[in-house]
Amino acid sequence: MKAILIMVLQRLSLGLLTLFVVSVIIFSAVELLPGDLAQEILGQSATPETVAAFRAELGLDKPAVTRYGQWLFNVASGDFGHSLANGRAISELLASRVGNTLFLAAYAAIIAVPLSLILGILTALYRNSWFDRSVNVLTLSSISFPEFFIAYILILAFAVKIPLFPSLANIYPDTPLGDMLYRSALPVMTLVMVVVAHMMRMTRAAIINVLASPYVEMARLKGLSPFRVIVKHALPNALAPIINVVALNLAYLVVGVVVVEVVFVYPGLGQLLVDSVSKRDVTVVQAVSLIFAATFILLNLVADVLAIVTNPRLLNPR
Amino acid sequence: MDKNNKNFQTSKAKSMMGRRAFVATTLAAGASLGLASERSSQSQSDEPKKGGTLRVGFTQGALSDSTDPASFNNDFMFAYAYGVFNGLTEIAPNGELVPELAEQWQASPDARIWTFQLRRGIQFHNGKDFVAADVVATINHHRHINSTSSAKPLVADIVRVTALDSHTVVMELGSGNADFPFIFSQYNLVIHPALGDSIDVTSMNGTGPYEAKIFDPGVRAVYQRNPNYWKPDRAHLDTVEIILVADPAARLSALITGAVDLIDRPDLKTLHLLKRHPSIRVEQTVGNKHYTLPMLSDIVPFTNNDVRMALKHAIDREEMVEKILKGCGVVGNDHPIGPTVPFFNSDLPQRSYDPDKARFYLNRAGLKTLDVKLHMADVSWGNDSVKAGVLFSESSTKAGINLQVLREPNDGYWSNVWMKKAFCGSYSGGRPTADWAFTTTYARGVSWNESHWDHSRFNQLLVAARSELDQALRGEMYYEMQGLVRDEGSTIIPMFGNYVLAMNKHVRHTEKIASNWDLDGQRFMERWWLDA
Repeated sequence: MKAILIMVLQRLSLGLLTLFVVSVIIFSAVELLPGDLAQEILGQSATPETVAAFRAELGLDKPAVTRYGQWLFNVASGDFGHSLANGRAISELLASRVGNTLFLAAYAAIIAVPLSLILGILTALYRNSWFDRSVNVLTLSSISFPEFFIAYILILAFAVKIPLFPSLANIYPDTPLGDMLYRSALPVMTLVMVVVAHMMRMTRAAIINVLASPYVEMARLKGLSPFRVIVKHALPNALAPIINVVALNLAYLVVGVVVVEVVFVYPGLGQLLVDSVSKRDVTVVQAVSLIFAATFILLNLVADVLAIVTNPRLLNPR
Repeated sequence: MDKNNKNFQTSKAKSMMGRRAFVATTLAAGASLGLASERSSQSQSDEPKKGGTLRVGFTQGALSDSTDPASFNNDFMFAYAYGVFNGLTEIAPNGELVPELAEQWQASPDARIWTFQLRRGIQFHNGKDFVAADVVATINHHRHINSTSSAKPLVADIVRVTALDSHTVVMELGSGNADFPFIFSQYNLVIHPALGDSIDVTSMNGTGPYEAKIFDPGVRAVYQRNPNYWKPDRAHLDTVEIILVADPAARLSALITGAVDLIDRPDLKTLHLLKRHPSIRVEQTVGNKHYTLPMLSDIVPFTNNDVRMALKHAIDREEMVEKILKGCGVVGNDHPIGPTVPFFNSDLPQRSYDPDKARFYLNRAGLKTLDVKLHMADVSWGNDSVKAGVLFSESSTKAGINLQVLREPNDGYWSNVWMKKAFCGSYSGGRPTADWAFTTTYARGVSWNESHWDHSRFNQLLVAARSELDQALRGEMYYEMQGLVRDEGSTIIPMFGNYVLAMNKHVRHTEKIASNWDLDGQRFMERWWLDA
């Protein structure tokens, strides 16, 4: 147990370092893009005079290193600052959107993770049957289509032709939970269709892999039912790779859903990031990127801890 | 498709008849596609009804939008400006200037000193009285030295603004301007309450028809009727909800499924399918928005007017309206004055595609062939910009012009490509007066002179016409200037785009709607109503 704790602490401090590196890379990347905030906001109205006034007002005329240093200092003291574009506090800007993004990700995960585990176990159990093949064909097709295509098909089917669900998932802070679940049904369906294949295939492959082991043979020879063999004997030893793939997909559900957000007009973080990058609103870009990076770091950490818990041998590498 | 082709053929055949005839033809084409049905269905209920909630799906709007009027730059903010506030003046649906917060105004004989009498008894949403100090503060917000306002060039000529008494404002200009009151119809210059010398840029307190109940930039805005609104025959709707739906397919499905009542900028590619929908009405307004191809007139080969004329004859305008705007527009005549703007010169013959003439001008410039590069990005003309460039390239090949289209990134386009590269794409939302259009983009040395054009006769006329109060004389001057820009200017203006809207049957408005911006000059909130 102590070993795990030490590992977690190590990984967390490494995570902080990663966040720092991420912030440097993102800052330089935004700097490298053509145009700056003043020019992007003013667009056609960017006269030299107004651009200069704009830059002076926001301190954009200072060198990049100074601006980064200042930002880092503020963040280190717990202040993410204000959006450069409209002066709103970033904490206020992020508050509802972080919630929305996590809500959508959790909603999709609650359906997708059990569904893919069950499908994975069943396809492993009945592998090479018609059931196995049709599940594989279905999930692989749905992952092969671009997200917006699936989204449009779902809108056409379940919003236009059979008006079951709304085509706009416009949820607001005052929307009751029931309404939120109803309105975000179509984006969640889209996301589920996109992530199920990966997790399902990994579950199936990992279980089939373990099924070749001698101890499974032993279990079979004892006369256990195939279902019991898989759930009680094979699955626990196949968990490590499955957990990793699940973590990867959960991270994707948080950081990679921009397209779905746009098609369904869902007010999440992805849209905020795209908007801020196009306006070069670097303080917002930084804040969102750090949230995304932290999501990846934390989910990977949790996945590794869980993998170790299910397979203590991993703690003592030889 | 067949029908469209036929329209295209007829319009092409008639293009020799001059611009007015052509506009009429294209309008007729537009009418056969949607305007006609709209007219007939609307004539039954021209009496505005009170109440109801109008839900609108908007294309433009961003998280970075701010309530600072200096920064307004998209439809979401224009609607906010005209919904929550009032200007001193207003552009009526017929393009004329009418009083709004200013009751009347007088100019000195040289059109240099303007006195505005303000309307009395008007209150802001919070109950504060509207007085002259508010006007002074609002104007100063845009003209002070550190202003970042996009309206700064508009108010730059104001030397002094003073409140003579509580309801009289005097403005002194550097030089005479007969159209001066027009600028106060601009969305930036809506009147905010004074806060010391300036205004509170975070405040949403206006004198307008609606109060902002929810204002969430990049997401939505909900407006509620101002019960004390001072215009008796306006603001019929109880609530207006504007939702941002940037994706065209999402906007369309929102309209079809009834999630919204009205959308702007429907996808032109699927417009013919949308028109078949029984409960949807598609409407078009011929606007002043025009697409331009500025050539920097101080860079070879564009220093030579014959080269510019060759290019102006090498572009197939009709084809471009048909294929790029899908028929939702009219051809341009290489000057920026739209047919609804006062002093529009209807006598100028319509320029059309003529590769022989283009070749003739090329020869006169002493050239056998011409190699030019055209820089386009999606932001320059909309998503089909590059395709439009390729069309131009194809049509100019016949004239011996080798036009290469280069795709530029959208990011930083207006700062790094526009007015930097010798030949690129741009557009203008259009201006309500000839002086405004010419002054912002064609006058010597102004910051938006996108072709670096400097024509002494034109500049002379521009200044003379600006302070001329005799309308007949002014008209003559503006007629001549349109000809000068058309024949000696350095900008190709191949087409004017229509404003296209799609809405369900319940959305109603007056027969004529304004064309200075989309959505009835973005004043739909106070002018439109619902019939159920």
